[in-house]
Amino acid sequence: MSGHSNYVPKTGFERWLDARLPVARLAYDSLIDFPTPKNLNYWYTFGGILALCLGIQLATGIVLAMHYVPHVDHAFASIERIMRDVNYGWLVRYMHSNGASMFFIAVYAHMFRGLYYGSYKAPRELLWILGCVIYLLMMATAFMGYVLPWGQMSFHGAVVITNLFGALPIIGESITTWLWGGFAVDNATLNRFFSLHYLMPFMIAGVVILHIWALHVTGNNNPTGVQVQSKADTVPFHPYYTVKDGFAIAVFMLMFAAFVFFNPNALGHPDNYIPANPLVTPAHIVPEWYFLPFYAILRAVPDKLMGVLLMFGAIAVLFILPWLDTSRVRSLRYRPTTRMYFFIFVVACFVLGFCGGRLPDEHVIPGLKTFQLLDADLNSMVWLSRFATAYYFAYFLIVLPVMGLSETPLDQPKSISEPILSPSAALPAGAAASPEKRG
Amino acid sequence: MFWRGRGRTAPQWRSPQAKGGFKVADGVAGANPENGAGGDDPSRRDFIHIAAGAAAAGAAVTIAWPLVDQMNPAGDTLALASVEFDLTKVELGQSVTIKWRGKPLFIRHRTGAEIAAAIKDDNAPMRDPQTDEVRHKPGKAEWLVLIGTCTHLGCVPTFGGGDYQGWFCPCHGSHYDTSGRIRKGPAPTNLAVPEYAFVSDTMVKVG
Repeated sequence: MSGHSNYVPKTGFERWLDARLPVARLAYDSLIDFPTPKNLNYWYTFGGILALCLGIQLATGIVLAMHYVPHVDHAFASIERIMRDVNYGWLVRYMHSNGASMFFIAVYAHMFRGLYYGSYKAPRELLWILGCVIYLLMMATAFMGYVLPWGQMSFHGAVVITNLFGALPIIGESITTWLWGGFAVDNATLNRFFSLHYLMPFMIAGVVILHIWALHVTGNNNPTGVQVQSKADTVPFHPYYTVKDGFAIAVFMLMFAAFVFFNPNALGHPDNYIPANPLVTPAHIVPEWYFLPFYAILRAVPDKLMGVLLMFGAIAVLFILPWLDTSRVRSLRYRPTTRMYFFIFVVACFVLGFCGGRLPDEHVIPGLKTFQLLDADLNSMVWLSRFATAYYFAYFLIVLPVMGLSETPLDQPKSISEPILSPSAALPAGAAASPEKRG
Repeated sequence: MFWRGRGRTAPQWRSPQAKGGFKVADGVAGANPENGAGGDDPSRRDFIHIAAGAAAAGAAVTIAWPLVDQMNPAGDTLALASVEFDLTKVELGQSVTIKWRGKPLFIRHRTGAEIAAAIKDDNAPMRDPQTDEVRHKPGKAEWLVLIGTCTHLGCVPTFGGGDYQGWFCPCHGSHYDTSGRIRKGPAPTNLAVPEYAFVSDTMVKVG
């Protein structure tokens, strides 16, 4: 896919353009003729969905910025004005706020897919790391965006998250003061968060271009994890995957529309419709759902600095993942034991998300008081998050390095085409039961 | 492949003289820059490279610092006036929350029972051990002035909750006693006592 182009300019203008700025050739090579493995399932459609999500967030965000006022005295009121008075303002804002959630649903599906099929493994390490950079930028952007309405959750969320940096020894306090532009979260903070919230999506777009570039150098991974070997293994991106992505996008948009039009505040928190009051913290403060697993990790640790380090470590470990997994087999389709650990990992992530939304002392099983062990109440959210946190890290730091060396993988097909063309000979025993067959 | 040059050749940096070893030509246009950078005979070109590189790096830092420092508190933010507060407004057993430097400030009129409870626990095991006496002005044990942000992650604790009848932070469950000392939960230090003074018997000046 690198170096070879099948683009043939048809008209005189196309030939003229191609000799000067070959954008039509670039588009043809990367969106139409791009050779794509022919066995991609629906888990591979989230890349396209994510590109659309970014587009929606940019378009609606630019519109909102035309009406929003980044000042502590006007921010809340300007959002209410967008909701009530600006033409279609309610629609644009609900698309933007729910769009953020949709963006994260898609990115988590995309990441779990990458984990399952070993898309982070050589030669795609850099592709994976660029994805991690995008994810970090997304989190920063989403956090700052959530501060802008200047409601109670906005304000106290900003207080808690910026105070995380205060946990660092020596430099912590100067960093928080620098972030705030004052001695507390105040107007200076809101104003700069607005500026950065506007900037960061364009940084994301830039890294997305690198991400796609890296993808087009190595080519797509695929559910077998076996590299493309011949033209027989691929189909052109258009029409095969434009149509498949298009269908997935349509289904995804149905869900998006269901939220925007029928339950636009389901994923938000009612306290954010109370104007920010620096003197009163809401009784139960939680981040948006997509941060809950990390919030649970933060709270799982009784020490402030360690909690913060572990929370950031949960993301940092993703960056070194390509070198933690020692297996030569990419796809978990052919690694049945590791696959089992992977599904427990997925459950652990959901458990962390669940714990992050609850109070630390809350009982997991209400009414049960028999789980007292020494000083610890094991029947509490905080202990459940501790177990899930331990598993989260163990999966990356113990399971993947050890299983790669100790597990005997099933036979992989010799090529992508082989199991399709002669299924009886090549289908591994475990493959029939694997869930990705749904695609 | 994104950008495909068509028949592009690398620009000709090397001149024949540079290879020939003309000492004079080495310092002028046409010399081979790679030759001086890594070679073992220092030349004028090395000096120019290092000097120009250092100047560019210095300039970059000089430009970058204002762009970083602009985010620190501005002059008007730093020039925040101190706050004076009339204590007669606070009844016994009540507290008042005022805003100081953008943060809540607790001014609590403590009852005898609260003071006694605080003194009783002076020697109890604590994460950040402090006696009650050093947390109020001498002879003014009934007045407790505290910065009302949890030392964990900055939430505002509420009074009357928790296991120690002092403050309780709803965010992550830190318990403070009637002296504002951390007794249980994730917060690392006691609620901070700001710099303040009694300007008269009934008036405090904070900051």
